[in-house]
Amino acid sequence: MHIAPRRVTFSTAGALLAAILCGPALAQGEDGTVTFVQSVEPAGLDPTVGAPVAAGEVTWQNVFEGLVAIDRDGEIVPQLATEWEISDDGLTYTFTLRDDVTFQNGEAFDAETAKFTLDRILAEDSVSGQKALYDEIESVEAPDATTLVLTLSAPSSDLLYWLGFPAAVMVEPVSTPTNQTEPVGTGPFRVTDWRQGDRVIMERWDEYWGEAPALERIVARFISDPQAQAAAIRSGQVDVISLFGAPELFGQFAEDDAFETHVGAGEMEVVAGMNSEREPFDDARVRRALMQAIDRNAVVEAVKSGYGTPIGSHFSPASPAYVDLTDVAPYDPEAAKALLEEAGLGGGFEFTFKVPNRPYAQRSAEIMQAYFAQIGVTANIVNSDFPAAWIQDVFQDTNYDMTIIGHAEPLDIDIYNRDPYYFNYHSDAFATAMDEIANAGSVEDREAAYGEAQRILAEDLPALFIYSEPKLGIWKAGLEGVWENAPVPSNDMTDVRWSE
Amino acid sequence: MTRTARIATRMASILAILLGTSLVVFLLIEAAPGDPAEIILGMSAEPATVAALRAELGLDQPLMLRYLDWLVGLATGDLGTSYTYGIPVGDLIAQRLAVTLPLTVLATVMSVAIALPLGVFAAERPGGAVDWAAQLFAQVGIAVPNFWIGLLLILGVALGLGWLPTGGFAGWDAGIGAAISALILPAVALAIPQAAVLTRVTRAAVAEITAEDFVRTARAKGLGRRRALWRHTVPNALLPVVTMLGLQIPFLISGTVLVENVFTLPGIGTLAYNALAQRDLIVVQNVVLLFAAIVLVSNVVVDLLYAVLDPRLRART
Repeated sequence: MHIAPRRVTFSTAGALLAAILCGPALAQGEDGTVTFVQSVEPAGLDPTVGAPVAAGEVTWQNVFEGLVAIDRDGEIVPQLATEWEISDDGLTYTFTLRDDVTFQNGEAFDAETAKFTLDRILAEDSVSGQKALYDEIESVEAPDATTLVLTLSAPSSDLLYWLGFPAAVMVEPVSTPTNQTEPVGTGPFRVTDWRQGDRVIMERWDEYWGEAPALERIVARFISDPQAQAAAIRSGQVDVISLFGAPELFGQFAEDDAFETHVGAGEMEVVAGMNSEREPFDDARVRRALMQAIDRNAVVEAVKSGYGTPIGSHFSPASPAYVDLTDVAPYDPEAAKALLEEAGLGGGFEFTFKVPNRPYAQRSAEIMQAYFAQIGVTANIVNSDFPAAWIQDVFQDTNYDMTIIGHAEPLDIDIYNRDPYYFNYHSDAFATAMDEIANAGSVEDREAAYGEAQRILAEDLPALFIYSEPKLGIWKAGLEGVWENAPVPSNDMTDVRWSE
Repeated sequence: MTRTARIATRMASILAILLGTSLVVFLLIEAAPGDPAEIILGMSAEPATVAALRAELGLDQPLMLRYLDWLVGLATGDLGTSYTYGIPVGDLIAQRLAVTLPLTVLATVMSVAIALPLGVFAAERPGGAVDWAAQLFAQVGIAVPNFWIGLLLILGVALGLGWLPTGGFAGWDAGIGAAISALILPAVALAIPQAAVLTRVTRAAVAEITAEDFVRTARAKGLGRRRALWRHTVPNALLPVVTMLGLQIPFLISGTVLVENVFTLPGIGTLAYNALAQRDLIVVQNVVLLFAAIVLVSNVVVDLLYAVLDPRLRART
């Protein structure tokens, strides 16, 4: 799981910018370069180390590739592996690898390299932040140059999906110590310059095994403030903002012919987690009362200018397995009061609401506070510095009653089955549902099992499920091939081109 | 004491203060919540992974040992390796200073270029139109924070007129012209509050010195008004102006943090801001120490400038 880092500064001044951001866009030399905005500069450019989200958003697919990839529709597609076979018991995966692939430092890619990559994730001293996703892999064998065999300790119907993720891209052994600053991948672009704090420049690499991309150069620009992002694209300094953080400005771009906009499905769910080990949050009736006290549509309207989808469980509407469960605990203050009464808290209660200093979290929390007040519950908002203090205090030490955060990692419903995890939630029924997902033999079974898991959470409410964040994309008119949805946190530029 | 001895004593005391500062900074940053390894790895990381990274970063070493390591490194010119960027902190700071130093120099030059003439002419005709304008400028300039000025400049000059970029810095490699044009607006944003303070100080100093006996004597002996101003008044008024410039340096530093953020300039201010958010402790330590050193050294420079400007002080320093 990854929690969305939204580093936003000086947004108080945003209203002013919003008022004037209607100026004309400057002409842009439509050459072979595309510059995209990324709000968080990654710690390093190697997505296999650390938390891969920000690194992956720069280099996944552009520089690094995996055995398989996730395409723009969220489907698993072959990449460095051309095909694979899964044994009937779901415990053996046999991949056939391409034999015409070289890394950008001239070394060949083969099954040994693939084995090295996966062993490195699984190693004792691994520094992969996503190691847990690959835990079921028991051993990796490379019987010949183009065959890779994975043996699992237990079935894992999601394993292929995770192998398509930035955390599992193929790396070349010699280059691993320097991949953070000078990445070496098998992808169509090569990093030529990283000006820390400002941009990463990637040039087209001519030895690429696949089809050459149309663009000669792609540039990732690091601009954290959404107002500054808007200013940069208005003034022609950047071409693409794939995840725009200021919905209140989005409408202006939508009405402007100089830009294309798209409200895509995102993967981030904003949820108000509760500490299920603390009173009165250990009582499901109380959690449900708090959920029914909130009008999620109003929150989306106020926080996201209406862009966003209210959710009833921890799942993204972008997923094919999504079930709309918002009517399980709908907005109904009277029902909420009755539930509190039933739980012996008819007179209401008071609690501490630890809110990270991120605009979406703070705005949401303030609105929720007002809704709680309507049923006699007092939420005392306390600011928590994100990420540093929040991770320590709320996430690690679980020293909180309620908090609110956006969970950005796709398909991360299993966090409610982790022990320890900051919700302190334990449910045998949910654990069983997660087992069913892992053992699912078919796509239908898997989706049904995911549906069941969503339903359990919607009833039990270890967190208040508020909304799913949309992926607001803005790019210059005339650009083709930009991903409209974001099944994986990425800025895949390999199919992007300027139209004729 | 000879002059050299005085300077040596002064330098020794600066070193002692820096040593003390380094300890305080180190302990404060250590005490702040947030584990760098956890922040780097994100929240799906397993405890064993976090432990492995802590070991790799050297965070599992005892506190005092890490402090001493840092000091020894400082003495030998090795500032350590950034946790997040994985490159030597010295290189990182040098890269960032290549943006921040020109920015602050440009801002200081601009502020002096605005404040000196404005302050002098305001004092020359108290209550006149220039005086009135200068007072208004000083009032507004002091009241309005520099990041706000930055936002206004982005709106008006960068977006409205399209004359200059809204932010970012392509690097000096991209050409002097591009680099300077990226620095102009942030420098103006930094310069205006500084110029406002300086205007007020200049005006007050010139007004005060104009009333002094030696100026009156010079005028009585037939020196023209304008010549008396430039020969006697202004040189003497520079003393408080220089003092104020020196005192402004800490404000200038904190100003760069805000202004660089507004203009997304990869300077030392943004580095400090982001390193703190990411708990890149080793970077924060070094940058804060650098800030402290700049403030201390600038105080010494101001003292030395006094001696140049006012011969009477030479005997004392």
